[in-house]
Amino acid sequence: MTKPSLKGSFPPTSTVDAMEFELAAHSCLVLTGPSGVGKTTLLRKIADLDPHDGVISLGPIKQGDLPAPEWRRRVMYVASNSGWWAGRVRDHFSVDDNTLVLIDAFAVGRDKLDASPSHLSTGERQRMALVRALSLQPDFLLLDEPTSALDHETALKVKAVLADRKRSGCGLLVVTHDSAQAERLSDGMLRMRAR
Amino acid sequence: MVIALTPVDLVTAVALMLTSAGLSLFLSLGFHKGMVWASIRMVVQLLLVGSLLRLVFRQDSAALTVLIFLAMLTAAAHEVGARQPRRLQGGWRHLINGAAVSMSTIFVSAFALVTVLGADNWLEPAHAIPIGGIILGTAMNSASIALNALLSNIGNERDAIEAQLALGGSRFSALSPLMRRAVNAGIIPVMNQMVGAGIITMPGIMSGQILAGQDPLNAATYQVFLMLLLAASGTASAIFAVYFTVFRLSDERHRLRLDRLEDERRPKG
Repeated sequence: MTKPSLKGSFPPTSTVDAMEFELAAHSCLVLTGPSGVGKTTLLRKIADLDPHDGVISLGPIKQGDLPAPEWRRRVMYVASNSGWWAGRVRDHFSVDDNTLVLIDAFAVGRDKLDASPSHLSTGERQRMALVRALSLQPDFLLLDEPTSALDHETALKVKAVLADRKRSGCGLLVVTHDSAQAERLSDGMLRMRAR
Repeated sequence: MVIALTPVDLVTAVALMLTSAGLSLFLSLGFHKGMVWASIRMVVQLLLVGSLLRLVFRQDSAALTVLIFLAMLTAAAHEVGARQPRRLQGGWRHLINGAAVSMSTIFVSAFALVTVLGADNWLEPAHAIPIGGIILGTAMNSASIALNALLSNIGNERDAIEAQLALGGSRFSALSPLMRRAVNAGIIPVMNQMVGAGIITMPGIMSGQILAGQDPLNAATYQVFLMLLLAASGTASAIFAVYFTVFRLSDERHRLRLDRLEDERRPKG
């Protein structure tokens, strides 16, 4: 059985041209466009976090057909500013062999699991937020600047994990300013044009 | 024995207030004008209310009691909204605040009046208005403090709330820590009132009744009854206000809708 692809089409607004995309499983699209054009907002709409008048579907299923929490578990948005609500990092996801492997692969110390999120550096929080999302095994990941706070070497480690996920079937839609990252991961570009 | 105050007694009290104001003038503390003005307001307001109530009590009309009650509810609903750091757009604020204070006050007041006064004359103004007023005051305070906690924190915690939503949490699971804190803040005044009662402060109703010649134990019983009602009305009104507001600040697709607050700046992408 082939995995469904994520499709979307958005009518033009006063500031952005109409756009359409299809993101297959096992593939990665990089979302580009001038800053301020609404790339973050587009990811949020695809995750159904912002109201919109586009049409988005996952295979035959329309966004509105699924309860929103279920949609978001399958089409998961990872914000550039990660949010934390509990006292320790480990309270935010289940810590098991899979997540420990990820944490090691991302080169974050395991001791950070017991720290308060506010005591982590921005880059550590960014990687832990990725671990948290990956641990739920979504079908698609919508990543907003996933390596913006990371040095080159660490960013490579994150990209390696993402490439791995892609191979095992996860579809990726990534907003990034790092063109090297785009080159390495992406199977295509999705351009947003200002009107 | 009830001591009725004479004009001479009141003039003595005025002299005491003027002494305080004089101290401010003498020591350049700068509050004398404010204090004199506040005292004048207080005197005028209370004498007006006293005369109005005397008039209303003479009429002894249920319709008039209800009318006064509605006016008090409207004022309370307005006051709840007046002191929030951020407000819901449009008429929602008035609707939600009005519903929260009205539902809790009407329910608890009706309970109090029917139990104390009996079902026949429970709208008798001499009881209904003061009891309703105390209950309404508590409902207003609790709703106001709870909403203040909710609305001043919801913006700061936006990332945390939306992270939970993005991971597949429902709006109520994502907002529940914030809601819990808001409701807890709202019931702090009634909690403090209860634990401090008799030790730190002599509750107003009890003092008033003792001054008016009641037996202290009777007065205490009355106060106990009222305080339990106040706790109920404060709790109900804080819960209603927070839940209704959270309903409005999220939608059926489990999105956080801070765009429904006034002065919200949308994030740029």
